[in-house]
Amino acid sequence: MHRGKGMKFVGDSRIRSYEKNRIPKDYSEYPGKTEAFWPNFLLKEWIIGAIFLVGFLILTVAHPSPLERQADPTDTGYIPLPDWYFLQMYQLLKYEFASGPYNVIGAIIMPGLAIGALLLVPFMDTSKERRPFKRPLPTAFMLLTLFAMIYLTWESVVNHDWDAAKAQGEIVEEAEFDTSDPGYEIYMGQSCVTCHGENFEGTPAGVPLTGTGHTAEEIADIAVNGVVKDGQQTMPADAFSGSEEELQQLAEFLSTVTQQ
Amino acid sequence: MLNKIYDWVDERLDITPIWRDIADHEVPEHVNPAHHFSAFIYCFGGLTFFVTVIQILSGMFLTMYYTPDIENAWKSVYYLQNEVAFGEIVRGMHHWGASLVIVMMFLHTLRVFFTGSYKKPRELNWMVGVMIFIVMLGLGFTGYLLPWDMKALFATKVGIEIAASVPFIGEWIKILLAGDATILGAQTLTRFFAIHVFFLPAALLGLLAAHFIMIRRQGISGPL
Repeated sequence: MHRGKGMKFVGDSRIRSYEKNRIPKDYSEYPGKTEAFWPNFLLKEWIIGAIFLVGFLILTVAHPSPLERQADPTDTGYIPLPDWYFLQMYQLLKYEFASGPYNVIGAIIMPGLAIGALLLVPFMDTSKERRPFKRPLPTAFMLLTLFAMIYLTWESVVNHDWDAAKAQGEIVEEAEFDTSDPGYEIYMGQSCVTCHGENFEGTPAGVPLTGTGHTAEEIADIAVNGVVKDGQQTMPADAFSGSEEELQQLAEFLSTVTQQ
Repeated sequence: MLNKIYDWVDERLDITPIWRDIADHEVPEHVNPAHHFSAFIYCFGGLTFFVTVIQILSGMFLTMYYTPDIENAWKSVYYLQNEVAFGEIVRGMHHWGASLVIVMMFLHTLRVFFTGSYKKPRELNWMVGVMIFIVMLGLGFTGYLLPWDMKALFATKVGIEIAASVPFIGEWIKILLAGDATILGAQTLTRFFAIHVFFLPAALLGLLAAHFIMIRRQGISGPL
């Protein structure tokens, strides 16, 4: 707090009362082509912000953010993937020297060393030189790290099955159906339900039945003869055992689901 | 009229020095893209802050619909994405902004590194910057779980296992994050939500304030 003879304050506060306006510093006294941040520089700088924002919004509109189906902890077949900036760590943990018994190396020691080194850079590179090529060691280490990060991310991206990843997370629309239909009773009584699920949502052993577009005739054929795809029997034949009439009821009921 | 109001407030509260400290400084030629186009590399820090502001604003709007509960989290995000007016845009900004903030922050870090700007007397500001980097990664990690879809759940499982592999204290970190020694569920979601919207942003704002106060105190590093 300022005190002194001749100082005037506003009321009984500690705010000094000024006689005349304080004039900001004149920038002409600074060397070079400096300019005032407020308002001169800011009136140009917003252009960069605006260009950036336009690009950002185009990205946002062109690519809606992804949302997979609701989390299901029982689906242990799901292969997880972190956000792209963690892919390098994800890839590192796939290598033998950094996984299994050496997991601690890949998960803790290597990232810890990298972050620790980054944090303490000012105390390791203490010379006064600032130009990157005049301090080859820090520059080389940083370029090496950059190369490693880009390489690991790249390896992770090319070794990932993106189509399978998309399929395993897709949102499956829930089918609307009539549980009192005799066809549903037959469906539940046959082996169909064990692979295709109670709500036709599919399981790892059988595809979802919703939206396949099959007609009643096709369904009746599949239930008896199974499915052959690329020369492989993907659904066994004779999955259905029952009367011809029941088969007809089942096929007609299922066609209401597959047409959804 | 506005001037009179300003003078009235200023006389009583002496606010002029406050905003002068923030706004009244010179921008040197070597960081001004209007003089040297290559100086755009000095914009990365400011753009990181710009995206951070977008993240805070879009995140505030997202919490108007989001429910941190395993029954409703996914449904609320689905509703927001598909039913709410401009919900897709707001969520999209938050989603892509999270990636952009990492990109811009990384570029800013590289600029500071390769121009040697972390050297004396700016060591402390560099260290605060690295801590901001860590907090941002933490925000990315905790935010990934919140939509409660398949990739969120299983990626977080892996992340928590990695945290659990820390020697000696790993198990404690795991329980602190997940809320349980074995289950990743309702407790985990509420904890990640709290960390994502309260703990880490509070830390981030504190660190950003320190970062900016230091840069205003010391000024930007000189030309190479």
